[in-house]
Amino acid sequence: MTKYVIKRLLGIIPTLLIIITVSFFIVRLAPGGPFDGERNLPETIKRNIEAKYHFDEPLLMQYGRYMFDILRGDLGPSYRYKDHDVNFYIFESLPNSMILGVIAISISVLFGISSGILAAVKQNTWADYLGMAFAIVGISVPLFVIGPVLQYVFAVKLQWVPTSGWYTVDGNWITIILPAITLSAANFGTIARLTRSSMLETLRSDYIRTAKAKGMKSSTILFKHALKGTLLPIVSYLGPAFAGVVTGSVVVESVFRIPGLGKFFVQSSFNRDYTLIVGVVIVYSVILIFMNFIVDILYSLLDPRITYK
Amino acid sequence: MKKNTNKGSAPLLDVRNLQTYFKTDEGIVKAVDGISFTLGEGETLGIVGESGSGKSVTNLSIMRLIQSPPGKIVGGQILFEGKDILTLSEKELRHVRGNEISMIFQDPMTSLNPFLRISTQMIETILLHQKMTKKEALKKSIDMLKLVGIPAAEERVHNYPHQFSGGMRQRVMIGMALSCEAKVLIADEPTTALDVTIQAQILELINELAKKLNTAVILITHDLGVVAGMCDTVCVMYAGKIVEKAKTEDLYASPSHPYTFGLIQSVPRLDKAQDGKLYSIEGQPPNVIDLPECCPFHPRCNKKMDICTYKYPPVKKVGENHEVACWLYADEKEKSST
Ligand SMILES: Nc1ncnc2c1ncn2[C@@H]1O[C@H](COP(=O)(O)OP(=O)(O)OP(=O)(O)O)[C@@H](O)[C@H]1O
Ligand SMILES: [Mg+2]
Repeated sequence: MTKYVIKRLLGIIPTLLIIITVSFFIVRLAPGGPFDGERNLPETIKRNIEAKYHFDEPLLMQYGRYMFDILRGDLGPSYRYKDHDVNFYIFESLPNSMILGVIAISISVLFGISSGILAAVKQNTWADYLGMAFAIVGISVPLFVIGPVLQYVFAVKLQWVPTSGWYTVDGNWITIILPAITLSAANFGTIARLTRSSMLETLRSDYIRTAKAKGMKSSTILFKHALKGTLLPIVSYLGPAFAGVVTGSVVVESVFRIPGLGKFFVQSSFNRDYTLIVGVVIVYSVILIFMNFIVDILYSLLDPRITYK
Repeated sequence: MKKNTNKGSAPLLDVRNLQTYFKTDEGIVKAVDGISFTLGEGETLGIVGESGSGKSVTNLSIMRLIQSPPGKIVGGQILFEGKDILTLSEKELRHVRGNEISMIFQDPMTSLNPFLRISTQMIETILLHQKMTKKEALKKSIDMLKLVGIPAAEERVHNYPHQFSGGMRQRVMIGMALSCEAKVLIADEPTTALDVTIQAQILELINELAKKLNTAVILITHDLGVVAGMCDTVCVMYAGKIVEKAKTEDLYASPSHPYTFGLIQSVPRLDKAQDGKLYSIEGQPPNVIDLPECCPFHPRCNKKMDICTYKYPPVKKVGENHEVACWLYADEKEKSST
């Protein structure tokens, strides 16, 4: 097992190198460049800027320089935000997105799995229909609707919480509730539906029938015999879902005014801010690869048929 | 293991007019339609019939393990020691399952929980119905595994099902089913998934253990040869109904229903030259969806009469403990009514 873990961790390195290389060249294929917005620059200034960022060098050389910086842990300067470099923007905003994302995914998992199990056990009763109705709402209503509706009900009408804010800005933790719920909605729905169908399938399996034939209580059957099999597909869903959620959502961040990473995904693309784009891609990839690794480990813990050597 | 069933006293298990239907998109599947049989203490009953004749559904009904929906037991009684299983509460039912009646399922590959160790699955079964410590239960599990012929049982008891071969898993299932010393053991084609050399061993094992523990056995099988070797009584099922029921010797000596006759004919035998050909019953078993009121076997029957095509035959006694549902044995009065 230890050997497997080391092997997998080492395997991350070539994967990342490929991702970085591909992103480096692809972003430069898109029309336009980082300084196109700044019109009518005098030729000399333009040349100075290009020289500062090494745009005058051949692309391969830029690539080599960039890779060398990355190996030292430096994601380079942002081409748009002049005050700080990419490292600064990412490491300032990522923790905010992480905290919000972890809370959101925990809500999704907790409520998704429990309502999925309830729906499966009480199949075709009002509990099932109600749970699945919520799930559909969570999946299909967009964030920019859920967010403002929650704000309107709980902040404006009931005045239980402020409409927006963030603890690093105003020191108030309570403002995290609404965005976390908003961000959890879609994953809650998907997890609830996945759990329900997975549980129904497991409950129909032969080994559950064996457990019943032995005279076991339904609750014991549910938690001792059926739960592990039920959780397998949910675990594999959670890997990418986690990576998606902890890297921020531009919609939730702008609705609730949260200084998160999500906005950089969008803004950096519009700005052709090459280093920032590749920077957030790297962050996302690292988290995704790492989560898939965690999923595989969890899988082997849940399912004895899977062993890694 | 042929034994005289103690006549006079009430049978251990008395199935009366059991009907189990499935609601499907194509219509109502009458998988089991009005079957009755009894099983005495220590007796071995064989149920034979082609695939789809309702053997498994019959026995799942006895344990109330029919998936619902789509299945439902729509009629009849299942008396175990005089009490109707169909009217038991959840709690009473749990006491019967595993404790009074235990079951070996058709498919050993999927019937054990792949996520739990054999020891976990066996210990929980034993502790469910017997007063013991966990340690004693583990010891008993190991003893049961030894009994069913698992080598190195002390270590293998801690393995997971996927670490055993199919035959081994079926042995584990048998060990688990027998560990509670139930009064009735239902073995649903315990050997179909296994290869021939192991089949005989497993059956012999069930036979031997049942004798030792005085367990009554319901043995479901396709194989009339197996029945001849093991069973006291035989029920022949066709399309959800019992078409013939007799003591094993009587069934072989004088098969009365044309279907039974065909089945016995189609057992390959070395002592009778068959000019190299195997006998088989022509045609396919019927679809049990929306079956008309006729004898379901009539399209394949070589003694078919007119009445067979529109009316189901009454059950007639053709000897002591020998019943058959076929118009060949009905009297004129029954034929002429309606
Ligand atoms: N869940 C179900 N839904 C619909 N029909 C079913 C279901 N289970 C069983 N049946 C039907 O009931 C009939 C009897 O099935 P059963 O499994 O008892 O056959 P069997 O005699 O055990 O056959 P085999 O020898 O192949 O095991 C079949 O026609 C089958 O299609
Ligand atoms: Mg069957």
